[in-house]
Amino acid sequence: MNLPLTEKTIAGLKAGDNLLLSGVLYTARDAAHKKMIESLDKGEPLPFDIKGQTLYYMGPSPAPPGRVIGSAGPTTSARMDAYTPRLLAEGLKGMIGKGVRSQAVKDALKKHKAVYLAAVGGTGALISRTIVKAEAVAYPELGPEAVLRLEVKDFPATVINDVHGGDLYVTGKKQYSLPGK
Amino acid sequence: MRVINAADITGAVADLFRQANYELGEDVLAALEKARREEESPAGREALNAILENARAASADKIPLCQDCGAAVVFLEIGQDVHVAGGDLAAAINEGVRQAYQEGYLRKSMVDRPFSDRKNTGDNTPAVIHTDIVPGDKLKITVLPKGGGAENMARLGMLLPAAGRKGVVDFVVNAVSEAWSNPCPPIIIGVGIGGTAEKAMLLAKHALVRKVGEPGPDKENADLEREILHKVNDLGIGPMGYGGRVTALAVHVESFPAHLTALPVAVNLQCHSARHREIVL
Repeated sequence: MNLPLTEKTIAGLKAGDNLLLSGVLYTARDAAHKKMIESLDKGEPLPFDIKGQTLYYMGPSPAPPGRVIGSAGPTTSARMDAYTPRLLAEGLKGMIGKGVRSQAVKDALKKHKAVYLAAVGGTGALISRTIVKAEAVAYPELGPEAVLRLEVKDFPATVINDVHGGDLYVTGKKQYSLPGK
Repeated sequence: MRVINAADITGAVADLFRQANYELGEDVLAALEKARREEESPAGREALNAILENARAASADKIPLCQDCGAAVVFLEIGQDVHVAGGDLAAAINEGVRQAYQEGYLRKSMVDRPFSDRKNTGDNTPAVIHTDIVPGDKLKITVLPKGGGAENMARLGMLLPAAGRKGVVDFVVNAVSEAWSNPCPPIIIGVGIGGTAEKAMLLAKHALVRKVGEPGPDKENADLEREILHKVNDLGIGPMGYGGRVTALAVHVESFPAHLTALPVAVNLQCHSARHREIVL
């Protein structure tokens, strides 16, 4: 599946679908989100055009010599919940992280026709093999939290929250929990 | 009195943190393989496949298993007949952490002022060091690079003694249920019962360095481990929260006597990347 995601592609995605993504992703974590929202509050433009893009919640380990990037797995998405509805309103179409999102984020996904995906947490070594290029595009002073532009090939992700209200975490747990739980 | 050089401690700490970040222990790999055999959910099995493949990739590519190379937690058992020469013990450990994280291309994740500036210290120091003085003339160093996702799900409950065994079980199971997919399941659950508030938390953290799934030496605690593991796996959270039977690989309980008014229970969760290493000098 190619990045950036289109509204048509997003409409066809269902919670539980496994995807292999190829194209461009932008990384952003807590501190970068905070700075982006501060910019929007001041009426300033974001350091990159977020419309139609997908954010990957990730701060890599340093790249050893000869490698594009170090270990590069997802971080806990909930820390970004406070900032996410605002970015979705700005045109953000996809997010990749791990862990549950707030109801406000899930509502905003439906409203703005966007999707939340997860990568397998703690598999940064494996995921780094799918990253073919990485360059800093904003906030280099944040170190591991700087915004990177990544080119990926066959990056593995699973649809968690789709535009139809589907939620893999909720249905998965329900399906496998035993009575009384 | 046996003399151990501070420089040797630095070297050992640096090696241990590098190894722990690149290679999962045999006990963890075996527990993950067993989980993959037992997991019924296809999505859960897929996640376990990725986790096991990741361990091979990290080892082959010589890069960290996870980009979160952790806070540097260090447990020391210092024999009372040991004398550390040639430097300050804490400084020697921090120098080891600095070398491992800088020269080993590990991510530095410590920030200096936790509630204000949050500026990265640049070398992953300071380490969080816990010290026990024990009989003998050996120094045992155990390192635990502790990732933030799972650590943020730690909980302390100051239960009333009347809550009893059931209160303990319910508190732990609830903590795991609330943590849900966030701590990167399948997890290892460290439980500390008794002592005081800080002692319970320390017991829960220390429980994480036990060989995965090895029952505790105390029969009553071992029974509790089995019951909690069973209940937690009935929650259906599964690997990475995608739904499944294996939410936890193991429960490790450590306990300590408590004040007659108190029943502290601490829960410290460890993600599937259960990195720890030890050496005896």
